[in-house]
Amino acid sequence: MNFLDVRHLSVSFTQEQGSVQAVRDVSFSIDEGETLAVVGESGAGKSQVFHALLGLQAKNARVAGSAKLAGQELIGLPATQLNQYRGNALRIIFQDPMTALNPYLKIGVQLTEILQVHQGASYQQARTQALQALQEVKLPNPEWNFQQYPHELSGGMRQRVMIAMAILGHPRLIIADEPTTALDVTVQSDIISLLKKIHQQHGTSMVLITHDIPLVAGLCERIMMMYAGKIVETGTLQEIHQQARHPYTRALLQATPANQRNSGKLVSIAGQPPDPRQLPTGCAFAPRCEKARRQCQTAQPELTAVSDTQQVACFFAEEN
Amino acid sequence: MDLLQVEQLGVTFNHSFKALNQVSFNLRQGEVLGIVGESGSGKSTLARVIMRLQMPSEGDVKWRSDSLFAMDNKQQQAYRKQVQMIFQDPLDALNPRMTVAQIIAEPLRYLMPQLSRKQVRQKVAQVLTPMGLSESQLGRYPHEFSGGQCQRIGIARAMIVEPELLVCDEPVSALDVSIQAQIINLLLELKQQKGLSMLFISHDLSIVRHLCDRVLVLYKGEIVELAETESLYQSPQSDYTRRLLASIPLHNPLEERARIEAWGV
Amino acid sequence: MTSPIVNAARPMSPFRKSLYRLYRNKGAMFSVGLLVLIILLCLLGPELLPWSFDEVDWENMGSAPDWSAKHFLGTDANGRDMLARILQGGRISLMVGLLATAVSLLIGVTYGAIAGFVGGKVDHLMMRLVDILYALPFMFFVILLTVYFGRSLWLIFVAIGAVEWLTMARIVRGQTLSIKKRTFIEAARLSGASTGALIFRHIIPNTLGPVIVYATLMVPQVILFESFLSFLGLGVQEPMTSWGVLIAEGATEMESAPWMIIYPALFLSCTLFALNFIGDGLRDAFDPKDR
Repeated sequence: MNFLDVRHLSVSFTQEQGSVQAVRDVSFSIDEGETLAVVGESGAGKSQVFHALLGLQAKNARVAGSAKLAGQELIGLPATQLNQYRGNALRIIFQDPMTALNPYLKIGVQLTEILQVHQGASYQQARTQALQALQEVKLPNPEWNFQQYPHELSGGMRQRVMIAMAILGHPRLIIADEPTTALDVTVQSDIISLLKKIHQQHGTSMVLITHDIPLVAGLCERIMMMYAGKIVETGTLQEIHQQARHPYTRALLQATPANQRNSGKLVSIAGQPPDPRQLPTGCAFAPRCEKARRQCQTAQPELTAVSDTQQVACFFAEEN
Repeated sequence: MDLLQVEQLGVTFNHSFKALNQVSFNLRQGEVLGIVGESGSGKSTLARVIMRLQMPSEGDVKWRSDSLFAMDNKQQQAYRKQVQMIFQDPLDALNPRMTVAQIIAEPLRYLMPQLSRKQVRQKVAQVLTPMGLSESQLGRYPHEFSGGQCQRIGIARAMIVEPELLVCDEPVSALDVSIQAQIINLLLELKQQKGLSMLFISHDLSIVRHLCDRVLVLYKGEIVELAETESLYQSPQSDYTRRLLASIPLHNPLEERARIEAWGV
Repeated sequence: MTSPIVNAARPMSPFRKSLYRLYRNKGAMFSVGLLVLIILLCLLGPELLPWSFDEVDWENMGSAPDWSAKHFLGTDANGRDMLARILQGGRISLMVGLLATAVSLLIGVTYGAIAGFVGGKVDHLMMRLVDILYALPFMFFVILLTVYFGRSLWLIFVAIGAVEWLTMARIVRGQTLSIKKRTFIEAARLSGASTGALIFRHIIPNTLGPVIVYATLMVPQVILFESFLSFLGLGVQEPMTSWGVLIAEGATEMESAPWMIIYPALFLSCTLFALNFIGDGLRDAFDPKDR
């Protein structure tokens, strides 16, 4: 059985100038112990999907559809019940650890608080567990870090604290929302490698939300590409890298500069990401797609299976 | 010939913190020099010194053998005409209350005040096309544009005075991948067509390798390595450079997976 | 999230967008209507009324509203038409409000922007001066001034303007400090802009939002302040009048002739109400995140 099952999820925002469709009819599932990467550009709706199922969407958002966590419907769940899931089964790690940590509380207080609130642990138990977690995320001196304030740590160390906080409740799914974007290159690999080790040791399911395709391979088995609020392609790492069928996936792979000798111009995707307030009637990628035909301007392609594991939303998937 | 000579440059903040220490290098005409380093390496401070936004505490920077910090007002204005800059956050670099036309024409207003309105309009129109902007966008305001378009506006503003050196401070790190390539290609075009020299500051080693002729690696305010791009990537001389290079995600998914598994935390 | 408007019909500056938001705020628009009405009444009314504000009607002294004698809101103890006096008083009150605000706007914005932008010792010195002026017991200061120079309308402008700019300067300085750090200021410097150009072309226009809001809220403060001074007898001189003077006079006859206090108070409160409402509307319009 699927651990997380999302069906026809839509998120829209009401704004002054009308409504914005941030997520449009997204369906996917995650198995126990699976690692999924959600890749897309800013405004693709990749974070909104997971914020919605954690109940973290903005006030003016409307969420429709269903998201079941081990059979339990999450959408529309009152905040108090959702809080239990957020504290235990599901954990999210944000891009900027500085804003996710309370600057006025010591690291130790913030870590033990979670255990005391969500699991009713005593302070001594909580402290032991918190120190273990800090050890596990390879902080150099857990006892000392326990007494420190967030600003006394470097960005990479703060992100490790966030990961320690995430693994405290032994979650079954960790959602990492652009966890390395704000960090230095050398630290990026640290964090991905750390997440990978946690996955291997605890069998935790992981979702890595990112805009950076090369980063994905180190951690994830499956990739889900999003564009303008829709899933455009999903498949295994191998499939996406070697036989991507959607023109957007292919273009994005080529646009990422490979670490190789200066080879002249990069392949770029012409045009700009679509305005979520004025999405085209047809395929959202059609205005930027080199292979777009008349059909693409008028009808929206559905996600269709091309293999057991790969699905593509393109009318001409077979040709690509 | 060397356009820019940086000599024994040092910048100290609060009498103790050395943001830059003993930094010396030359920038050749027509060259794209990559400056690579992590946060706190002093790469942005270096750009600010070269742009005369920050006074050095030691050393000197020379533009065609004239010291930047001994220039009179007239020389300063002349220097601004030859050296321009583009920024990391493309939207923040544009005054939200000015139209695109006003923003792009801004340098002409101060650096070439002798131009008539008509000439200014002509120059703005000329600089638009290579940037992929259209005249119909001139009356709009920055918040109506996407990040990539804002960066194009920023490049247009820098290029309108036809500078010889463009200092690029992380110009694509805030942009989406599909847009990054557009901007990198635009910079490549400027280099090839106008013979523009560039200082390209970045933490993205793949992009630096793609764009730059030589690369300078900064670590904690000091130069760790300075070499031709290919020789630096193929045979890095210092440990730090090796570590930096090892942290680049690989394109081949299998190799990348192996790299992460072997990565010691 | 970046969301480019690719096909927008026509470009809107951030300022125009804010005004559009204000336009859609019903309460604020009602207040604008009310304020315009009061201003028009004050401007045109005195010319159209049968009685002028200093004309004494010997037959109707202290009489209640009487439509046959064309004293629509009655007369005061000296037989002068209340409506004419209220409208005339409104001219003075509104003028004081607008002029004093304009003066403080001019001084405060320039002062604050310069202090914030130049920074360092200059900032320190300029803001300490503001602190010192703040610390002066202002009421005594005004009373001393009026006693020394005699009562005059100009003195009130000067006195009120001299205090109100202090808060404006602080607000603008705070704004300037945050705007100064933004990249476009650096970009403008690289474009060769002088310090003056940076302050007046790049900094001040970007402080506009909070400044307009505060200025709108300052007008009622100033009107109230003038009323207070007049109430104490330090304001305008007879036969000239203002809302504060009228209320002060009305207060003495409150029991026998309530119309003498009710009507001027009504005009004053409506104006203050409208201005405060507009100010709040503007605040929402310029800072939509706070709603």
